[in-house]
Amino acid sequence: MNGGLLLAALGTSLLAAVVIFLLPERAFRARTGVNLGAAVIKLSLVAWMVWGLRLGHEYAVAFPVLEGLPFVLRADALGIMFAGLSSLLWLFTTVYAIGYLEDSPNRKRFFGFFSLCVASTLGISLAGNLFTFLIFYELLTLSTYPLVVHRGTAKALAAGKVYLRFTLTAGLVLMIGMVALYALAGDIRFGQREILAGLEPEYQPLLVGLFWLLVAGFGVKAALVPLHGWLPRAMVAPAPVSALLHAVAVVKAGAFGIVRLVYDIYGIELSAELGVLHGLVAVAAVTIVFGSLRALAQQELKPRLAYSTVSQVAYIVLGVGLFGPLGTIAALSHLLHQGLMKVTLFFCAGNYAEELGIHRIDELDGAGRRMPLTSLAFTVGALGMIGVPPVVGFLSKWYLGIGAIQAGMPWVIAVLVTSSLLNAAYFLPILGRLWFRPGPDHGVGAWPGERRLGRFETHAWLLVPTMATALFSLMAGMLAGMPFSPLEWATQVTNAEYLR
Amino acid sequence: MSVSSAASLSTEVVVLWLTLLVPALLGALAGCFPPRRMLPVLLIGAPLVLATLWLLHRVSVSGEFQGTWSPGGLLLHWRLNGLAGLLLLLTQLLLLASASYAVGHRQTFAVAERAYAGFWPLLGGLAVALGLIWVADDLLTLYAALELMGLCAVGMMLLPGKQEALVAGMRYLLYALVGSLAWLLGVALLLGASGRLDMAGLAANAAPGPVTGIAMALLAAGLLLKAAVFPLHGWLVPVHVSAWAPVSALHGALVVKASFFILMQLWQRLVADAVAAAWLLGLLGSLAVLWGGLQAWRADALKQMVAWSTVGQLGYLMLAFPLLAGTSAAVASLAWQATWLQLAGHALAKAAMFMAAGNLVLATGERHLSGLAGISRQLPLSLMTFGIAAVTLMGLPPSAGFTAKWLLLQAAILAGQWLWVAVLVAGTLLTAAYVFRVFRFAFAEDAPHHDVRVLPAGLDLIALLLALSALALGLGAEWPLALLREGGRP
Repeated sequence: MNGGLLLAALGTSLLAAVVIFLLPERAFRARTGVNLGAAVIKLSLVAWMVWGLRLGHEYAVAFPVLEGLPFVLRADALGIMFAGLSSLLWLFTTVYAIGYLEDSPNRKRFFGFFSLCVASTLGISLAGNLFTFLIFYELLTLSTYPLVVHRGTAKALAAGKVYLRFTLTAGLVLMIGMVALYALAGDIRFGQREILAGLEPEYQPLLVGLFWLLVAGFGVKAALVPLHGWLPRAMVAPAPVSALLHAVAVVKAGAFGIVRLVYDIYGIELSAELGVLHGLVAVAAVTIVFGSLRALAQQELKPRLAYSTVSQVAYIVLGVGLFGPLGTIAALSHLLHQGLMKVTLFFCAGNYAEELGIHRIDELDGAGRRMPLTSLAFTVGALGMIGVPPVVGFLSKWYLGIGAIQAGMPWVIAVLVTSSLLNAAYFLPILGRLWFRPGPDHGVGAWPGERRLGRFETHAWLLVPTMATALFSLMAGMLAGMPFSPLEWATQVTNAEYLR
Repeated sequence: MSVSSAASLSTEVVVLWLTLLVPALLGALAGCFPPRRMLPVLLIGAPLVLATLWLLHRVSVSGEFQGTWSPGGLLLHWRLNGLAGLLLLLTQLLLLASASYAVGHRQTFAVAERAYAGFWPLLGGLAVALGLIWVADDLLTLYAALELMGLCAVGMMLLPGKQEALVAGMRYLLYALVGSLAWLLGVALLLGASGRLDMAGLAANAAPGPVTGIAMALLAAGLLLKAAVFPLHGWLVPVHVSAWAPVSALHGALVVKASFFILMQLWQRLVADAVAAAWLLGLLGSLAVLWGGLQAWRADALKQMVAWSTVGQLGYLMLAFPLLAGTSAAVASLAWQATWLQLAGHALAKAAMFMAAGNLVLATGERHLSGLAGISRQLPLSLMTFGIAAVTLMGLPPSAGFTAKWLLLQAAILAGQWLWVAVLVAGTLLTAAYVFRVFRFAFAEDAPHHDVRVLPAGLDLIALLLALSALALGLGAEWPLALLREGGRP
């Protein structure tokens, strides 16, 4: 038992938030130092724990809050996987945000809440029971609100209102479900699947009801149809916020909650026995197709990406619903894969908007010539989303497909194919415009609002993280067989899940 | 649990009475020489907090202390258990914070010297009254303390000296007197029926019957009026709108809670099994939650919003009655803990919120929410404090409000009283709705620049510390709750 590392990792982001709030607005350099320093320290601490976990060390810390109800932090393989993703992407997003918000107002507030948001994400990944999970889950809602309304425009403030309506109500639903579960079975640490499985059969209808209550609570953040209404509106947030929200923080927290619920609270066997997995697959299938269709209808880049997220995150839920190790591998690895690809795409969208003032898709004509590296990164992300090898997205879809067959749900393959076709239908035209259409650099028309940021095609602080995450998406696919790759880690977690 | 008798003057008893009575002396002293700086006030007040902490430690080690004293032929009872000790600690902390805040308040805000000097003896009197209410164990002491508290509170509300303050303060006085009248009648009935005034004697001698019922109804009516429980809350909001921030903070945090505390003590002793009446109180509380929340949401002025929020939040406390009446021991224990945790969390957060709101109003000179547009750029710390306090009021984690709500939900679910679950949900959403209205204004970027007055750092710091302690109480609830579980429930 070694809780110091856990507390240190969590404390790093919390402390960074406090220090940033204390620094004056104009202390740009100090703030940048704190931001980057904290991100690097946290990433190293998490990496240390990843290594320690491999060596068989245990990391846990707990103290009682109420009688019989402790606050628990614990690094298990699944949690540390999510923590690793959030720490890695935090580093890149911080770099990106520093470049993106250069010379804009309210940066102190932004980075303070940004750090709090990341601390909450880490707390969510390392939480050891539902109570602790809920604490950080709600903290995430609170810390993202100022980020969503950061621009302070009427549109942003209205979006913030919608965001709160959805997430706070969901938080309450979740709390009621958790309290009821606690009243029924006491405190359940993640992984203690035998507690619910050992309940008398007459409690099973109640368990089914609570399952759906909790899924509804998680489903709002995971943007499952019909609970997704807040997500496209929250697009008014600055690009790094959107990137973080879609790749690792809010949407993923919801999906991660569902993963925890099925694998670590109910257990996959009990879930299958209760018959809730079919419902989960159905919800996910509807969300996948609906999100893709809506994405196709969008004329602006960020909303199209937003609806794409709705669809892609549902892949995780779909994988969870497929009973069998391959479905689980697909769900867990897609948790990481989607994060890497989506963050890349949002970085690119931000780059186009910052450098060329592009927001609409038809304005992208010929941008590949003007911004080749950004466009290359976008291409990697988009191909990954469609599922073209060797980018990681292919692996997710492959495992989902064979997982569906293994689970005896071959119709899911039709959903996957439809979704991939739709993905292609909304991403390939963008790629076509980027690379094959003549644009302002070919003497056709003009960019909506060109600015020359830095020596390269855009500001270096924007370009480097974009390239890095694109490279990670590519490498995670090509080196999927290597140790510590997302797929390999997901396989490890899955083995632990099914071999118990 | 052992009960140590205090026939002899043990150290604990001496320390207890010193902590109870020294504030009166300090208040009188400060009335003659009004303090100009925060630091001396903090240094002089801190030992009182430490003494209370030590008393709490003694209670946790050796159990409840109790005793009697007989001034002029009367026999008066007192006891110090975990609950009373915790409330005493809360009171000392909030008194210290308010006293320090008042000093900073005077430094920025043009306050008449005489009114400022008058503040201190009233504060001392309020401290004594509150302390007595927590430890008193008979109706006579409670009556005296309740009257003293009411008079001091009215006096403090009148301090601003403006027309609206006078009108509101006088109305408050009238209501308080009507409440006292009902209380006195109730006490008289009980005395006639059982011949006892001490709580234990009352509980033993009061036969369940119409007399006890009517007496309890009168007592409850008087106390509900003083506690501003719906529908008897009419006097509360106007008083707060015109009062000074440190006064509002103390009043919203402690004064209205004291009446609730007394009601709970009496109820548990006399009519613990009156399920229908308990449900009536629960329903009143539910209406308070809804009505207070709605009015707070509709309020134009910041202080008005915070005051209405008190009306709503008091409603949560009333849910304890139906959850304690005729339910299983497990449910009752949960509801008992939830109530006091909610009370303490709300007290800290509401004091912090009144102070933060006071800071925003002082610095901008704007009383209305719309006047705070874009204030996030200029007063980030005050706004942050307001936000942290609001986290507790909304019952979001990690805060005392959240932990208390968890307990309340658990109690309601275990008891199968689903109505209260709905009330908690509605209350939380309403609270979020009115709190985030402030942020919708504050985060606007297209607003004109304000001329902001620079406030002493202490003002923001005191409010921030209170708001943070409400958060800390959420995660560190185990220690106070353990004290509660051991004793305090009659």
